[in-house]
This record gives sequence, C-alpha cells and structure tokens, in this order.
Amino acid sequence: MTPETLAYAFTFPILGIFLGLVYKGIDRRISARLTSRIGPPIRQPFWDVGKLLLKETVVPENAVAGIFNAMPIVAFASSMTLLLYIPFGVLRAPLEGYGDLIVILYLLTLQSLTMAIGGFASGSPFSSIGAQREMVLMMSYEMPLATVIVGFALVYRSFSLTTIATTPVWSLTEPLAAIGILLLFAALLVVTPAELAKLPFDIAEAETEICEGMLAEYSGRNLALFYLSDAVRGFAMAALEVVLFLPFTLDSLINLGLTGWAYYTVEALWFLFKVMVIYLLAITLVRTSFARFRIEQASRIFWIYVNIVALVGLALVWMGV
Amino acid sequence: MGKTTYYVPVGPIHPALKEPIRVEAKVEGEKIVEVDVKRGFAHRGIEYMGMKRNAIQTLYLSERICGICSISHPYAFVIGSEKALGIEAPPRAQYIRTIIGELERIHSHILWLGVIAHEMGFDSLLFWTWKGREKVLDLLELLTGNRINYSVFMIGGVRRDIKESHMKAIRDAINYYRIFTEEMKEIFLSDPVYKARTRGVAQLSKEMALKLNVVGPVARAAGLRVDVRQDNPYDAYADIDVRAIVPQDIIGEARGDAYDITMVRIYEIEQSLDIIEFCLDNMPEGKIMAIPNYVVLLSKIRKTQGEAIGMHEAPRGEVIHYFKYDGKRDGPAVWKVIAPSYNNINTWGPLLLGAEVADIPIVVAYIDPCMCCNDRVAVVRDESGRIIDPTTLHRKAVEKTQKLRKELGVGA
Repeated sequence: MTPETLAYAFTFPILGIFLGLVYKGIDRRISARLTSRIGPPIRQPFWDVGKLLLKETVVPENAVAGIFNAMPIVAFASSMTLLLYIPFGVLRAPLEGYGDLIVILYLLTLQSLTMAIGGFASGSPFSSIGAQREMVLMMSYEMPLATVIVGFALVYRSFSLTTIATTPVWSLTEPLAAIGILLLFAALLVVTPAELAKLPFDIAEAETEICEGMLAEYSGRNLALFYLSDAVRGFAMAALEVVLFLPFTLDSLINLGLTGWAYYTVEALWFLFKVMVIYLLAITLVRTSFARFRIEQASRIFWIYVNIVALVGLALVWMGV
Repeated sequence: MGKTTYYVPVGPIHPALKEPIRVEAKVEGEKIVEVDVKRGFAHRGIEYMGMKRNAIQTLYLSERICGICSISHPYAFVIGSEKALGIEAPPRAQYIRTIIGELERIHSHILWLGVIAHEMGFDSLLFWTWKGREKVLDLLELLTGNRINYSVFMIGGVRRDIKESHMKAIRDAINYYRIFTEEMKEIFLSDPVYKARTRGVAQLSKEMALKLNVVGPVARAAGLRVDVRQDNPYDAYADIDVRAIVPQDIIGEARGDAYDITMVRIYEIEQSLDIIEFCLDNMPEGKIMAIPNYVVLLSKIRKTQGEAIGMHEAPRGEVIHYFKYDGKRDGPAVWKVIAPSYNNINTWGPLLLGAEVADIPIVVAYIDPCMCCNDRVAVVRDESGRIIDPTTLHRKAVEKTQKLRKELGVGA
C-alpha cells in the first residue's frame, strides 16, 4: 500500500460525500424554487445526515438482523468504490487500471440490490412490496443501460473508462454514429432517475403508496448510510454521464494557457459545472415535472420506448463506426 | 411455488391519509385480493355535546365537525333550524350565504385537485394549485374575518354584510379564477401522465353508484344527475337554475373514474363562479338578520316545538342535519348529522378489490374523504363480540390509566 493509495482512500470518500450532499442540497433548493417555494438551505442534507447519525437504530422484531444491518454498509461501500472509478475532470481515476465500465455498471446495480435485499430482510409488508417493485424496475432499466455501454464498446473497441475519458467520443465518430451516440445519451438520461430512484420512477419508494417502501423500516445510522450512498450515487451517475458524453475540457474549448494548480482548479470547477447541468436536467427538472408512474407503466416505458431509442442508437453507431 | 400474499395495513396513520382510518388490504404481488375498511378513529361525540348547549353555541360547534369545509355543516344547520323554528332569513342574507357557500366550494375543490396530484407523486402540481387557492382564502378572510372557521352564519341570517367595497374584490377574484380554471383544464385534463394514472382508476359504474348510494361529485362523475342545489333548491339557488354537472354533458360519456371526477370538479368551479356572479348582480337590499337580538332568538327557540331536515350541497356532497326542538330547552333536543363521506366511503371496498397497490392512494383520495365528518358514532365490542356500554367503557378506561400510571411510576 503506497502513501498515494492511502491518500486516495481518505480524500475521495470525504470529497465524494461532500459533493454528493451539496448537490442534493442544490437540487432540493432549485426544485423548491421551481414550485414557488423557498426551500431548505443548501446545508440541510448535512444536518439531516448528522441528525440521523445521532439517532437510535431500530431493528424490527421479525427482521433478519444480520442482513438488515449489513446492507447499508454494503451500499455505502459500493458507492465509495464507485467514486474511485470515475475520472474527476482532468484528474485520472485512482482505480483506473483495475476495472472498466462493466465494473461501474455492477457497482451501480449493487446499490439497488442492497436496498432490495435490505427491504426483503426487514420483514415489513411495505418494504417487501417496495423490494419487489425495485427488482422489476431493475430488470426494466438494465437493458437500455447495457445497450449504452455496448455502444461505447463498439466505438472504442474497449470497456476502459480511461480510454473513453481521454479521447472525446465525438472526435471518433462519423455523423451517423454521432446521431447514434446522441440517442444513447437520451436513453441514459431517461434511465438516470430510475437508477437513482427519483420521480417519476421512485415507484419502489412511493411515499403515499407504501411509505418509502424499502426504507420504511430503516432508521438512525442505517438510514444515514443509505442516505449518504444515495447522495454519492446521484453525483457519481451525473459525473459518469459527463465523462461519457461531455468530456470536453475547458482548455480544449477556449485556450486559457493555464498551468499547474490553476489549471487543475479551473478544470475541476468546469467539471463540477457540467455535472451540475446534467444533474439538474436529468434529476431536478424531471422530478419536479412528472407524476409517479405505476410499475407496469414504468416497465413498458423502459422495455418498449427507451429500448427502441437505445437499440436504434446502437444500430446507428454500429453502421457509422 | 404458490403466490405469496402480504397483508398491507394502510392506516390509521399513513402518508396517504391525512386523517385516521384503516384500510386492511391483502395483496398478491401488486394486486389486492381482500379489503376491509375500519372507521371510527376520529369520533368526538359532537352531536352529544350539541344537545347539551343552546342553539347558537351548537351552530358554532357544527362548524367544527368538518376540518376543511367549515361552511357546509353550519349551512345545513341554519336551514334545518330555520325550517323547524319557522323563521325565514332576509333575501340579502340568503344571497350572502350562497356567495360564501360557493367560495367555499371553489377552495375545497382546488384543495382536492392538489391532494390528488400529491397522491400520485405530482408535488409541483400540488404546490401550484394550492398557490392558486390562496386567493379565495384571502377573499374569505376579507368577507368573514377568518380563513377557515368563518363563524359568519346565524339562525335567520348572516353576521356580516357584503359591502360595495367587497364587491370589487370578489369580481377580481372571479376574473382570476376564470383564467385559473382554464389553466387547470389544460394541465389536468390534457397531461398524458395524469391521464395515464387516472383513466380507468377507481371506476364506478352508474349502477354501482346507485347501489352504493353515493352523493356529490362522486355520483355526478358516475353520470347520476344529483345535486341538492338542483333537486331541492334553497336560499338563492331557488332563483338560479342550477344544473348538476355530469361528464356526459362535457365529453359525451361518463366512466366514473378518477379522471372524470377531476373534470367534474374543475367544471364545478366554473359553475360556482357563474353563481357568485349572478348573486352579485342580483343582490337584494335590506337587512341581514331576521332576529338580530340573540336573547329574543333564544327565547323564541325555547317556545318552539318542531322538527325539520336541513340539506346543503357541500363540496363533497349532500350534508343532512335533522333537528327536533321540544319547546323546553333553547337548543335542539335531537340533532343528527349525516355527512357525504359516510356514503362515499362505501365505494372503497368494491373499488379496491382487484386494484393495484399503486392505486390505493388514488382510490382513497378520489372521494375526498373527511373522517371527522364521518365518525358520528362509535360502537365498542369486547373480545367475545358483546357491545360494551358507556359506563363499563369509562370504568375500563380509568382502570387502564391507573395501571399505566403504576407501571410507569407516575403519581396520580
């Protein structure tokens, strides 16, 4: 274990949690402003986590306590690992040599899976229904998500995120394939709220129907861990989309001629800005302007419409490359 | 492997419910296979309290029956009382009552539209509709002095006049809501997601509606032309030809689902605006109280014997108050209230059976349930199923409190 690895292991989770919570705060604030409310202060998610960490953790009587308590930790760990795979602007991902897009796909899925298993293990009917819904939803959105990844593999002949991040996808493709990539982008934007369990696809956590579903029985520290992993996952998902589809550095757009620390700081801020744009487009705007779908409606949307868009995109990419 | 059934307890406390009631559903996957509705969690014994007070105090008490449409119960109360006592309110008072009643309908319907949007997770629509509702609440505050419990009705009239200066504010609000209803039609009735969530949900056929004896917008959405203002006109409604709004007049057919009921409610807001405008244009001059002195009024009540039924078309449906004055006391000897939710909650059982879990909040909310209107009587049974009489119940309650105190070590 080199000192560098240690430094990454400590700084990335802290940075990731901080950014995830800040983005969550901004999301809540902007969503409130869009619905003519004032909204909570941006530091509200930090207070929420702090409060949850102080509270007592209750384990239901008929829950499988071991699994019930383990799942939040697995979810948190997987979201922290996820952070180490995503190139932060011009910085390279700490674990770039040890995995690729497929690993990221699994890490994203793992969190939904931990919530579903935790829901089943809690022994509450609300959680069980929520977990069932989550499984159905996962089966629905995995196919378009996989199609997007396959599309990238076709362009680069590789699953490595490092390769993808260093060479912008748009510079490699012909016009036909570029249209295909755009369609894949659209499909991934629709998948994002489902992946992150946000409206209109928060069917597994529907508050008015099944009282937050899978999380109904979670409290205290366990809930705080889920909350944190959710915040980090939201940031990571938006960051992943930026890396895949908007990899342009500020330097390549307008030549500032910066070097050293100034260069890294400006590029990092530019990266954060791009992530913010994607976050607002794919999560905040969508969640303020839609009603929750029924589970069979959501499945139909993914299996038919989003799949058609993604597959047409894939076909165009295949023809264009 | 057989299908796994779950038992989903909705209530007495649940995010989909704003007031306590219990729906016990057994589900197979997402489908409901067994339903049981239990009520009686919000019983407060208001009728019993009312029969111990004088009529004016009871009038204010009747306003507290319902939490949100505070004029519907006093309206039925004053109409019933006036019939029983043989008093008639002056024409101007009748018009003022009608205006306030219709303003109330507007606020209640907009409230419901926000609630149904919230139940399907459409929170931005909830905030938008409730923002629009502020205007009518402000207007009611201007006219009566209060936003929710107006305390403006009196047996034989109203307590506050609508002056010339108020008229302009009302007309402004009417213009505002003319535009607002158009926007609501656009948003609710053409939104594809709203349509996908409400078309075919909570579908009540005409035969079913007749059989279950539903009232108000629920019955009208199913295609039944029932409305107290049309069938049994009172106050200013006698001068206005009110026609019940049914979906077949608007789109040619009535399916009786959550979409139709949205449509009925939005068009009823427009109808209310028309009624208010008519009342403003044709408002008679004169006094606003038949017997302005409360002592004289109470002494008249003490001398009167008689019974009557007062009916009012509340936003949720017809409210019925039965009265009997026995000539011995200055309050009603018998006072019986029937609220619209009592009839409408009967639809939950048949509609939830075979529905999906995702539809529970919509089915529950579409009748606009009001539990505190609804819980008029509570029957308590012991383990063997025998009814417990009030004295035993009181004794048991005291014993339980003492036991708890002993366990917790709290002094008496």
